[in-house]
Amino acid sequence: MSAQSKPVAAPLIQLRGVHKHYGDYHALRGIDLEIRQGEFFSLLGPSGCGKTTLLRTIAGFETPSSGTLMIDGRDMAGVPANHRPTNMVFQSYAIFPHLSVAENVGFGLRRDPRPRDQKSRAVAEALEMVGLGGYGSRAAHALSGGQRQRVALARALILKPKVLLLDEPLSALDKKMREQMQVELIRLQRTVGITFILVTHDQEEALVMSDRIAVMFEGEIGQMADPERLYRRPNTKRVAEFIGKMNLLPGDVAIEGNQILVDTAGLGRGAIEAEQAPGGVMPGRTTVGIRPETLGLLFPGETTDRRLAEGVVDEVVYYGDMTYYDVRVAGVERPLTISMKNLIGRPVLEVGAATQVVWDERSLVVLSR
Amino acid sequence: MNKWSGLRVYALIYLAFLYAPILLLPLFAFNDAAIIAFPLTGFSTRWFEQLWTTQALHQALRNSLFIATITSILATLLGVCAARAGTLANFPGKRGFLGFVMLPLVLPEIVIAVALLVVVRQVLDLDLSNWTVIAAHTVICIPFSIAILNGAFQNLDSSFEEAAMDLGETRWGAFRLVILPLVFPGIISSLLICFIISLDDFVIAQFLTGANPTMPVYIYGLTRFVDALPLIMALGTILVTISIALLIVAEYFRRRGVARAGLKDTGGFL
Repeated sequence: MSAQSKPVAAPLIQLRGVHKHYGDYHALRGIDLEIRQGEFFSLLGPSGCGKTTLLRTIAGFETPSSGTLMIDGRDMAGVPANHRPTNMVFQSYAIFPHLSVAENVGFGLRRDPRPRDQKSRAVAEALEMVGLGGYGSRAAHALSGGQRQRVALARALILKPKVLLLDEPLSALDKKMREQMQVELIRLQRTVGITFILVTHDQEEALVMSDRIAVMFEGEIGQMADPERLYRRPNTKRVAEFIGKMNLLPGDVAIEGNQILVDTAGLGRGAIEAEQAPGGVMPGRTTVGIRPETLGLLFPGETTDRRLAEGVVDEVVYYGDMTYYDVRVAGVERPLTISMKNLIGRPVLEVGAATQVVWDERSLVVLSR
Repeated sequence: MNKWSGLRVYALIYLAFLYAPILLLPLFAFNDAAIIAFPLTGFSTRWFEQLWTTQALHQALRNSLFIATITSILATLLGVCAARAGTLANFPGKRGFLGFVMLPLVLPEIVIAVALLVVVRQVLDLDLSNWTVIAAHTVICIPFSIAILNGAFQNLDSSFEEAAMDLGETRWGAFRLVILPLVFPGIISSLLICFIISLDDFVIAQFLTGANPTMPVYIYGLTRFVDALPLIMALGTILVTISIALLIVAEYFRRRGVARAGLKDTGGFL
């Protein structure tokens, strides 16, 4: 989101060839990762992909079977969780139910040598920071989901960790609360300047909040990039299908001179840039991806200098601000999904209507297997 | 409504069957006659007064209280260890292992009593004393203790301990500051239940008791004398009252524990 506005700094966290085995199960398969100071980094992937294991490894709750983990230039081998410069917000929040809100937030200060009144001021400030000023004397078990999460945040941040680890922190909240907390988390991260590592299975959440995202599948990182790059130029079919909606079409790649030509089924031939094949340019059969919003329909009275393809409307899903069309195009088995903004004067087409699909070779992405 | 009236009658009969005999205890305990029979002759507290002056009874009571106190502490300590190991560790045959730990719950007490007597006298060649009774009572109390504490430990969110360690505590610190306070009501509940079980036990104590009998053994001894029957009634009245009171306190603590951990109640002893 704002990767360019942040200065490039030395990596705060470095993982080299980290593997984790649970008996026969290979949970992490050689993770190489660098996370910079002050970054909002997300580990995104379906359940069971190893993202939580990776987070817990950084926290010190899991020991890597092999490989090294460095935090702030220090090798973390043999360093237990309570001696690491990391703090965690647990998925269940793990708010201690027998303690008050202030006692929960101040829990990590037990070993702090500061006098009592300074500590209670720190607790009050931490609560203020997460918008729970004055809640200190409340009983922890009487809090709502959103409040619990804020307490968990305050409790972790009061120790001024180098890294804050967040394990699916928003998954227990309802949609509205989740969107509000996303914005608040971004704001909070900018204010405190602490490196955040977020684990999530929600691609939208990762796109909204992160500076960089690592997409994980089956214990491996599939792609690591900033949100825009990840969305526009996924390197494989798997990443493309996991993030947002993507039309997948069979295609053929050919190299002629210094041009890369892609023949996409149903659409036709077009020249692409090398960056449109993030997984590498390989001549021959391939899969071409194209996002629904980068395709268009040519409505009566409109003109375009873009490429066109004949099609028939197969399905219409009306969302109010948008309409999603499934359009059959000759030469493609699955209809293309196309999203259109419902601008003034634009009709909503009927199923069976003949139409023209507008496309552009600049929005194609060649996906490797 | 009709559908339920049958059940209601059944429930009432059930309760009457269960508690009516016990209601006879106070009835005859306060009756001014040496023979246990209707009609009642008049109100009297003389049986209670007689209890008050019976030295042998006091000795038996002291024995029983001593045994019950030590037993409940030992069984609960071991129960805490077992329940914690049960929730933490995962090892092959864990279910089977826990099953065997719970077995004394269903074994006939007399079998355990005879087996322990053989062990104590023939194998270890120890003299019977309060301590042999304590050892045996601990064995039969542990399953109850584990059952109660397992519930308390399993109700805990497994991230509590990790969260405490993440916030700078050692493993022991996390246990002391977070786990222990949360399972404390379970510990109280276990102490009380084990105390009652030990106090009530007759069979094992009868076999393993030394020169000084426990209360139930003493009561059994009294039954040989017909004129001591009203005394037993009075004593029984006191014991039933104490047992019910302790059970209520134990259940109170168990429920408070459940509420503290912020959980739904899934049933208990009461």
